[in-house]
Amino acid sequence: MQTNTELEHANTQTETQTWPQHPEKSTEEARHKVLGFWFFLGGETVLFATLFGTYLGLKGSIHNGPGPLDLFHLDLVFYMTAILLTSSLTSVLAVWAMQRRDYARMQLWFAITVILGLCFLAFEVYEFYAYYHYGLGYTTSAFASSFYTLVGFHGAHVLFGVCWITALMLKARKLGLTTKNAPKFYVASLYWHFIDVVWVFIFTAVYLMGVVG
Amino acid sequence: MESNIQKNSHSFERSTIDVSLKQKKVTTRKYRKLFVAFGLMFVFTILAFYAVSSDAIANSFALPFIFLLACLQVVLQLFLFMHLDEKGNAFPISFIFTGVVVAAVTVAALMLLIWW
Repeated sequence: MQTNTELEHANTQTETQTWPQHPEKSTEEARHKVLGFWFFLGGETVLFATLFGTYLGLKGSIHNGPGPLDLFHLDLVFYMTAILLTSSLTSVLAVWAMQRRDYARMQLWFAITVILGLCFLAFEVYEFYAYYHYGLGYTTSAFASSFYTLVGFHGAHVLFGVCWITALMLKARKLGLTTKNAPKFYVASLYWHFIDVVWVFIFTAVYLMGVVG
Repeated sequence: MESNIQKNSHSFERSTIDVSLKQKKVTTRKYRKLFVAFGLMFVFTILAFYAVSSDAIANSFALPFIFLLACLQVVLQLFLFMHLDEKGNAFPISFIFTGVVVAAVTVAALMLLIWW
């Protein structure tokens, strides 16, 4: 079942001769890592819920500043959504390449994921810059503070995800793919999917509901 | 000389092809599932944006509709992209489900506290 290149790769790595079907769960430590990460994601869900609840409660309090209807442009939000959704797909492809022990493909798909993440961040920086110049400072209104906190916190997660995956990719260049770093890549991809999950609710509850009123 | 090598490599492929045929079928099915899920998520997103930006659809319908689409998309994301459909995931599912339940209560509580 192993192709020549995969065998070659296996020979250069002395750690294991056979590559498990699920390298992200092949050791006790790896299984704990994945389980613990899901616990963390459950906590993150609640953390974002507090920010969502605050925003939804305060979104009508625009004081004298601009409101959602003056600010939001759905075309920009749609591009951001498409970028993040595509990056979610590429990180699945990266994990599947990892499970086949296809080191080059894995690095390629993760690199595309990171680039798409950076594109998303560029859009968000542009968006916040435009809103700021439209007169929406952080302390302009309760709406402004809760909006910037919720969306900015998500943006910070994207930035963290980009740095995390980049660091893993750079570190893997020395040793290649091992059963030690495979679960790390897997967990980072879970984090990346979670960022997209949160964004689904942000574009629904913040942007689309903001335009509906 | 060259053709000889080609013949050899060809017979080598033949011998491995039976073994990998089953694997290949499983793999194509896996990929098809992934791209169908991705397509569905994209369609849900487009539908949500259309429901809001179109004048033909009443806002009273659009609001629950886009919320439903978001929930469907997240279920697809969790089970297909985050591999919760694989076996032995009872604990991760219970963790994330508990998170979702507490999150729903948190959102409702905060909104009620602010509005009252």
